[in-house]
Amino acid sequence: MSLLELKNISRQFGAIHAVEDVSFKIEPGEIVGLMGDNGAGKSTLVKMIAGNFPASSGKMIFDGQEVQFDQPSDARRAGIEIVYQDLALCDNLSAAANVFLGREIMRSVGPFKFLDHRKMRERAAELFRELQSETRPRDVVKRMSGGQRQAVAIARTRLADAKLVLMDEPTAAISVRQVAEVLALIKRLKERGVAVILISHRMPDVFGVCERIMVLRRGHLVANKLASTSSPEEITALIVGAKAAA
Amino acid sequence: MNKSPDASNLDSVFSLSERSKLGEVLRSQEFWIVVAVLIIGAVVGMIAPRFLTGANMANILQNFCFTALMAIGMTPVIMTGGIDISVGSTLGLTGVLLGLFCASGYPFPVVVALVLLVGAAVGAVNGALVSYMKLPPFIVTLGMMSLVRSQTLVVTNNQVVYDFGKAGDTLLALGSGSFLGVPNVLWAVIVSAVVMQWLLSMTKWGRYVRAIGGNENAARLSGIPVDRVKVSTYALLGAMTGMTAIFLVGWMGAATNALGQGQELQVIAATVIGGANLLGGFGTSFGAVIGSVLIEVIRNALLLAGVNPFWQGTFVGLFILFAVLLERFRSTRA
Ligand SMILES: Nc1ncnc2c1ncn2[C@@H]1O[C@H](COP(=O)(O)OP(=O)(O)OP(=O)(O)O)[C@@H](O)[C@H]1O
Ligand SMILES: [Mg+2]
Repeated sequence: MSLLELKNISRQFGAIHAVEDVSFKIEPGEIVGLMGDNGAGKSTLVKMIAGNFPASSGKMIFDGQEVQFDQPSDARRAGIEIVYQDLALCDNLSAAANVFLGREIMRSVGPFKFLDHRKMRERAAELFRELQSETRPRDVVKRMSGGQRQAVAIARTRLADAKLVLMDEPTAAISVRQVAEVLALIKRLKERGVAVILISHRMPDVFGVCERIMVLRRGHLVANKLASTSSPEEITALIVGAKAAA
Repeated sequence: MNKSPDASNLDSVFSLSERSKLGEVLRSQEFWIVVAVLIIGAVVGMIAPRFLTGANMANILQNFCFTALMAIGMTPVIMTGGIDISVGSTLGLTGVLLGLFCASGYPFPVVVALVLLVGAAVGAVNGALVSYMKLPPFIVTLGMMSLVRSQTLVVTNNQVVYDFGKAGDTLLALGSGSFLGVPNVLWAVIVSAVVMQWLLSMTKWGRYVRAIGGNENAARLSGIPVDRVKVSTYALLGAMTGMTAIFLVGWMGAATNALGQGQELQVIAATVIGGANLLGGFGTSFGAVIGSVLIEVIRNALLLAGVNPFWQGTFVGLFILFAVLLERFRSTRA
């Protein structure tokens, strides 16, 4: 049984058809690359899966059930986590506070409940260790490197036992060394049985970690094939439209 | 692939102590404002020895409280990236309503509850317009400032309220009384500051206030009830303004309809001087308190040093600019 199945999903913004009649399946523990030109509809597609906004039409089946997420927390409850293109972190808070934002660990004393700072720091440290990232739970995100910020955003997806993690350009705007770190993080997610949809403009990243590659062009899914049967040249041709479909 | 750090390596990274406690204190805005207060105190003490007398200290400690109470309430509002310039008017309205409720014979506890409720209601309306209607807080509260001040004139018909009836005795006793040698209003400041700081640093609400100020969109995406939290900050400020009115009117013994006029500027100045960032995300209730102390010390010192009181605004203004520069300096260096 597929983990996620999209059936004829479309999304319009006024006159703009951002995503048009897209159907595909994602298997458990699979890493799938999602590529496409700027404005092709990649972010729109994963945001629909993550419950940021509803599809204009089409069906979505997750874990064997037809689902409709009205808000991101619904999708999260079902086991879908997303790392946004802009990371969506609070610069003024610590790494630990960001990891647990909206899902704080509380300590009760009598009828009162308050933040368990220590437990959150310890748990965050465990997550960073699991991800093998040199990120300190107490450090303020504002002063962190791009790779550390990615680690914080990715650690967020490890809080609950997510089955699917959506990553929107996690390797944009970070150094080569940090790209390697992030790709290693993605592989570690797979080792834990988590399926990943990875949006990226970088061929080496996608061919480095993805088993399957999907290409969106102007909202249409024009390719969905195994990485081993394709090549960067073919994908590039599909992205820019030199090749119609594959 | 880079060499991935092994476990012991990571442990050493995690255990690196981030900045010492002392360094943290030295880096805090609050610390430098305390230093400024002490320096001003020492200098003015030399020029005008009367400044350092017990009577004058008591005077300062009584006077700064009213601004401080409201500044404590203003802190979470500013931390979410909001602002409320209607608090001076709300102080006026809750002040005269307090008088009118007392005069119409309600028991004192009922009067207190009503006044807090009116304050909270004004705040909640501000907050709702800001959150749900997505209107800019400055404009919303500017409108409310005018509206509430005008209603203050309407309900009093431009009369001063000073006959408080039976509940008046309790009101005046509360306003001018003290407990263990400390004025009641100062107790209120101490308790409010401690409770507020606890709320800000130990509860989900406080964490959300900070998060909203840091990145509202991220907060929303994390499932935080952003709109409700924002409304709550404005409502809490309104209630604290009502509480301030109770102490202020109880102390002065009368409620004029000009009560609180211009006070909003002092409150915001105190909050900002104390380290709250108008862009949101930072602030402490201790900062709000020490900022209020600074403003009162400047006022009092100029008075005793025989400086023309018209200079007061210049000094407060310079300190606001100084505070903003200090904040900029700290955040770029950090
Ligand atoms: N909230 C929105 N309102 C209106 N139009 C939108 C909205 N979000 C996206 N669009 C439009 O939908 C189209 C697809 O945008 P999307 O962000 O999904 O592209 P993308 O493939 O993620 O591009 P990039 O690689 O630049 O991130 C674009 O034309 C964009 O302008
Ligand atoms: Mg995008």
